[in-house]
Amino acid sequence: MADFDQELDASGLNCPLPILRAKKTLAQMDSGKVLRIIATDPGSVKDFEAFAKQTGNELLASGEEGGKYTFLIKKA
Amino acid sequence: MEQKKLAIIATKGTLDWAYPPFILASTAAALGYEVQIFFTFYGLQLLRKDLKLQVSSLGNPAMPMPAPVPVMVQALPGMQGFMTSMMKKKMKSKGVASLEELRELCVEAEVKMIACQMTVDLFEFDTKDFVSDVEYAGAAAFFEFAGESDICLYI
Repeated sequence: MADFDQELDASGLNCPLPILRAKKTLAQMDSGKVLRIIATDPGSVKDFEAFAKQTGNELLASGEEGGKYTFLIKKA
Repeated sequence: MEQKKLAIIATKGTLDWAYPPFILASTAAALGYEVQIFFTFYGLQLLRKDLKLQVSSLGNPAMPMPAPVPVMVQALPGMQGFMTSMMKKKMKSKGVASLEELRELCVEAEVKMIACQMTVDLFEFDTKDFVSDVEYAGAAAFFEFAGESDICLYI
């Protein structure tokens, strides 16, 4: 997976915490920087797609490996 | 793009039903919505600094239980407290946020919380027991915001 500037581990957290933590972390980042998020909530796949669509932050990539979901989001 | 608006009326005061208003409000705020929650009747319990909310299986045959429990047994003293602690343990083990945390996130995200003045008076609530970020108003004030909202939920 591509490079990232900051990482957020939301493993073990359930809806809506991964989204809320991601939002908080992004708020402290500069525009154009990339946040990598790790989550274990299967619902987060659809949620991060929806989050990106509605907030304008770009979802660069998402993937799943061994029950861990990773997302790369570029701050708008 | 104009900011979207979410208006919620929170009417219930049990541990389980306290979740939807705070989950939806905090998430909507994270998505850029302007959010107001109007707390009325039992929903006012969600505003207490010290949340003492409980779940009850009585009158709720849909509540999942590890084993079937006859209603007469569910009604015994202590059962409500027992079920509440079971539910809280379960939530914690599943990584579900506590209500205190979700409410705090709502406050941080500037979700406006409005207590229904009429029901505060009706139940003789002491507003000193409520979190400090609450405003007090009536139905007309709710409509001022709800009338312009994109989504309006009654919970």
